[in-house]
This record gives sequence, structure tokens and C-alpha cells, in this order.
Amino acid sequence: MRRRTLLGGTVLVAAALGAGFAVGLSRTDAPANPKGLLPLPLGEMRFSLSDHEGRNVVPQDLVGRATMVFFGFTSCPDICPTTLADITGWLEALGEDANLLHVVFITVDPARDTVEAMAEYVGYFHPTIRGWTGSPEEIARAADGFRASYERVPAENGNYTMNHTAGVFLFDAEGRFKTIVDYHEPREFALPKIRRVMGDDSGV
Amino acid sequence: MRKNFQAGLIVAILLFAMPVMAVAGSSDVVVDDAWARASIGTSRPGAAYMTVRNAGAEAVTLTAIATPAAGMAEIHRTATDSRGVSSMSPVGDIEIAPGEAAKLEPGGLHAMLMGLRTPLKEGDSFDLTLRFADGETVAVVVPVLGIAARGPGR
Repeated sequence: MRRRTLLGGTVLVAAALGAGFAVGLSRTDAPANPKGLLPLPLGEMRFSLSDHEGRNVVPQDLVGRATMVFFGFTSCPDICPTTLADITGWLEALGEDANLLHVVFITVDPARDTVEAMAEYVGYFHPTIRGWTGSPEEIARAADGFRASYERVPAENGNYTMNHTAGVFLFDAEGRFKTIVDYHEPREFALPKIRRVMGDDSGV
Repeated sequence: MRKNFQAGLIVAILLFAMPVMAVAGSSDVVVDDAWARASIGTSRPGAAYMTVRNAGAEAVTLTAIATPAAGMAEIHRTATDSRGVSSMSPVGDIEIAPGEAAKLEPGGLHAMLMGLRTPLKEGDSFDLTLRFADGETVAVVVPVLGIAARGPGR
């Protein structure tokens, strides 16, 4: 938290309290959330969604190429566009090799993120990125398979926002979970991770 | 000839930099690298980023932000917990010690713009006001970059 050193006392105290609270929260949450588990292999996940072009998609479609999956929602002002911009940057750095990857952005907010909304949104980022949405039940099954979590949080004026797992999941071409690119991970660490996952089975 | 070129260059740099710099009277607050991400329509909240530097000798406290571009603007923080779950919440007052800066940047603090009045279009800019505890305000002009932007010049 580089920022803490930059800010004054009030914020330091607030941040310290906040961090303490977050740690306490996750501890009490731990028994209720037995998801210290790793994502299932893609081939073993069971869900069915629609991509941003309206095609029916299942996780088995992703087996055969190394795969990157990120959960988010299009009404997310900060972390989602930032992560998609990061992913776009990584894909640009991979150049032609980006074609050897599946990259999927799965919404955790299917109520607002229709196929059309997803199509418009992903259109602003790298063309390799596919946007998947579907019924709330199928989104829940998808998140379950990835051991990802999300929750709806009320905001001002009857609006709401979503808390959600923010890391980028990496799978090899066999569909086996390999690693997560954490939010804020610098490109010099993220790219080798991605190349390794691609290289493991695709010989890149 | 070369001198003219240099002078022209300096003027160009100043002109380019001016919209994103704002200097307060007594509070000596300098804002730079202000930018906002373009929005899709007005139904989704927007985000703006900047560095708020306290160049004075006294601590300053940023208490509120406002912009005609949005019905409501607040500084929020994106935080990611030990399970990798990210959330956003308002941060309240931000105290900035002398010589320090509050950095609003992707994935951390950001000016959350709710109820956009018009879409934030790449290439446009809008006014934003920072209000401090001593009653001072600082006006910032925020250029709108693309949706996939990571910041000015990136």
C-alpha cells in the first residue's frame, strides 16, 4: 500500500482500521466460505452462457487453448475497465500469439449486462476478449466452478454495485487451472505468467 | 530559428499541461494528471483520477468533490480483500500532509461520478471542484480519455 505513505494521519488511521476490519471480516467469513478451493478444470465445470454475439457457450469450449477468465460487470467504473485495459495491454504485447488464447470476461451482473450491453462494452477492448452473460442461475454456477464470489451491494438512489473476485484466472490448454494474475500485478510479472501458461502446452 | 522552435515548444507544453493543472490560493494545492475514463452513455457511473499534491506548509483536508458533469461525485476506494474480492466504498475526508499527495489512480482512490448528466466522450473535458476543510476550493479541468485508457500518456 504505497498510498499509505503518501497520505496524512487521518487516512492512515482510517486505512489501518479498515485493514483491521477487513482481516477480521475475512476471518469470520472463512468458515462460511469453504472456498479455499482451487477452480475446477474447465472441462469439469457445468454451466451454459451466451457470448456477446448471442452464441451459446460452455466452459468446455475453452479447452484446447490457454485461457484467461475475469469476472466483473460493465457498470463497474474502476477495477473492471482497468483490468480489461490491462488484459488488452498484455494481449497487445503478445501480438500474434494473442490468437492462441481464449480470453473471457464473465459478468456478475446479468440483470444489467445483457448480450447487447456486453457486446458494446467488450468492443472497446482487445478483439480477443469475449463477453459472457446469462441467467443468474448459470452465472452462479459459473462462479462456483471458478470458486469466484460476488455479491450485490446497495448504493445511492436505489442503484447497486457488485463486489466480486478481481483476479484473472489462467488455465492451460488442457483446461487445468494454473494461476491467478492478481489485480495490480505489474505487467513484467503478468506477461511471463501468461507466456508460461501458454508455453506449458502450446509449445509457444 | 532553433530558439523560436524551443519557445514554441515550451508554449505548446504549457498549453497542453495547463488544463490539468490548478493552483489554489492559500492552500497551495496542486492538481495534476487529471483524467476521466470515457463512459458508455449515462447509466453507468464514471471515474476520474488525479494527483492532489499539497505544496504548502500546512496539512490540508479534502472534504468533498463536485462536478456539473454528474448528479453526485464522491471519492471512493477500491479495495481487494484476502480472498481476492474487490469492493468500493466512499472514503470520507482525505488529509494530505505538507509535501504529500493523494493519488487517485486506477484500482485505488477514484472520483466516482454518479448520475452522469451527459456521456463522457473521449476528447472532451469537464470541470471538477475539490473542496477543502478550510473552505478553499480548487477547480480542475478533467480531460476525458478512452475507456481502455490507463492514464495520461499511457
